[in-house]
Amino acid sequence: MSLDLTPAALEREAPRLMRARPLLTMNNISRSFGDVRALRDVDATVYPGEVMGIVGESGSGKSTLLRMMNLEDTPDTGDYRLRLPDREDGNLFDLTRYQRRMLCARHIGIVYQNPHLGLLMRQSSSGNVAERLLIAGERSFDVLRARAREALDASEFPLERMDARPIELSGGMQQRVQLAKAIALEPALLLLDEPTTGLDVSVQALVLDTLKRLQRDRKITMVLVSHDLGVIRTMADRVMVMRHGQVVEQGLADQIFQDPQHPYTQQLVHAKL
Amino acid sequence: MSLASLTKDWAATSYGFLDASAKRELRRKMLKAIAVPGCQMPYASREVPMARGWGTGGLQVTLTLVNPASTVKVIDQGADDGVNAASIRRFISRVSGAAETWDTLSASIVQSRHRVPEEVMREDQILVLQVPNPEPLRGVEPNMSIARQMHADADYGKLWLTLYEQIVRKGRIMQGAAYPSMVNGRHVMTPSPIPRWDVPKLNMAKHLTFLSAGREKRLFAVPPFTRVEPLVFSDRPYQVEEHAHLTCRRSGLSGYFMNEIPQDNGGSTFEVSDSNLGIKAIQKAEGAPTEIGETWYRDGEYSA
Repeated sequence: MSLDLTPAALEREAPRLMRARPLLTMNNISRSFGDVRALRDVDATVYPGEVMGIVGESGSGKSTLLRMMNLEDTPDTGDYRLRLPDREDGNLFDLTRYQRRMLCARHIGIVYQNPHLGLLMRQSSSGNVAERLLIAGERSFDVLRARAREALDASEFPLERMDARPIELSGGMQQRVQLAKAIALEPALLLLDEPTTGLDVSVQALVLDTLKRLQRDRKITMVLVSHDLGVIRTMADRVMVMRHGQVVEQGLADQIFQDPQHPYTQQLVHAKL
Repeated sequence: MSLASLTKDWAATSYGFLDASAKRELRRKMLKAIAVPGCQMPYASREVPMARGWGTGGLQVTLTLVNPASTVKVIDQGADDGVNAASIRRFISRVSGAAETWDTLSASIVQSRHRVPEEVMREDQILVLQVPNPEPLRGVEPNMSIARQMHADADYGKLWLTLYEQIVRKGRIMQGAAYPSMVNGRHVMTPSPIPRWDVPKLNMAKHLTFLSAGREKRLFAVPPFTRVEPLVFSDRPYQVEEHAHLTCRRSGLSGYFMNEIPQDNGGSTFEVSDSNLGIKAIQKAEGAPTEIGETWYRDGEYSA
């Protein structure tokens, strides 16, 4: 099948991508762990309102890149810029630990594959959401409660269980609590690190539906990391394919899935099909 | 001038028990603690002739501060006559020559376990609180290295969360003692296990307060006229214990923090926790010339 990749077609297919200035820009990101080069001169651009999918095999560097986006790690080289209304342009890797924490609390949400990384398992679900608001400075109990309820509701979490501890919940419910926590402050950027891995297919579909609805209703910009091409295909507007710490191909999702150019991408797509 | 006039006779222990280098280190740490209110300063907690956990932190601070002109009061849960309080007071007096007292008004140093006296302390007085656990974040962060980072970043979200959880689970804040409090708008401290009743007494107080934990080797301070604000939600006001309506069975005082004395019939009677205040009230009622100072609370309402 041949794709129409003329500028006019791209303009029709992804108008917001063509018109908007990037929300996130990463340039020349390299990171080594001893002799292992986890990332090699990676460039990434994410536009407002889009879902960027990152695929690749285990060890390809996709989660390392996501951790960089969440400012959990600093690369050996490279810079990272986020276009935010209340922030001057500058390399985010130059920020102090405190500045990074405050920026992430206000502007970046993350859902981890392992809920133990993202949740306080012995605090209530509403408390987990409230913690994010507390870090941002909210000090009214009633407001905390109301906003936690609202975020959990938006994540399609059953509100009658909002004070249950995550340790008492199923994997799918835990991911919804993580999602509620991530969107509580309406972040500019939502990072999703294999959010449906380990869930059974029906729960996976429900979580993806919730993500799609959130993306549609709130226009949240998302970066979705997954090794599952089906998930990426369902969710992503654009796809970045990584291997051995490098980006081997990136483009519109349809283009990547219907007409992969790089041999590794072809191998991935055909392996899935 | 003779050599004898420039030297001292050999003594088995240094003045104030601690040797000069120990006191120098403590003085430096105490000055740093005053300079950064509420921030925990590590120090090399020395051996003193008392078991760890019995007030060795407070004792080391008192021994560093004390001089022959000092007057020392030591209380344990408000009482001057407890075995531990009496032993510490006698020890301090013996190694320093300082005078002993039970009266808050005449003391220059008040060392206390778990209470702040009911009478308002003055600018020329120092309160030394014994602290078992100086780290307010211990309950939410077991790794102390991370806890120190959290203090550096003023990252107290998890501490607030424990208060949120208490309201969610129990309908009210259940923290009885050691209520986490923000000092000077920057560092959260645990004000030793003083009851909630006593925390407002530290806010903008005229006196200097040292809080020292010997076992944990940390001390911190609340300088005079410094804000000490309990962590509270804007729509859930801070509440002290409901002792305003209770009356002391011995002194007849009411409106102060009370000790509950369980009775065989299942009921309770109460005695004023600040024992010397009760004694002074009894003496005054008997016609003795006793001065009771201004108190932080009047008729059970905080008024200072």
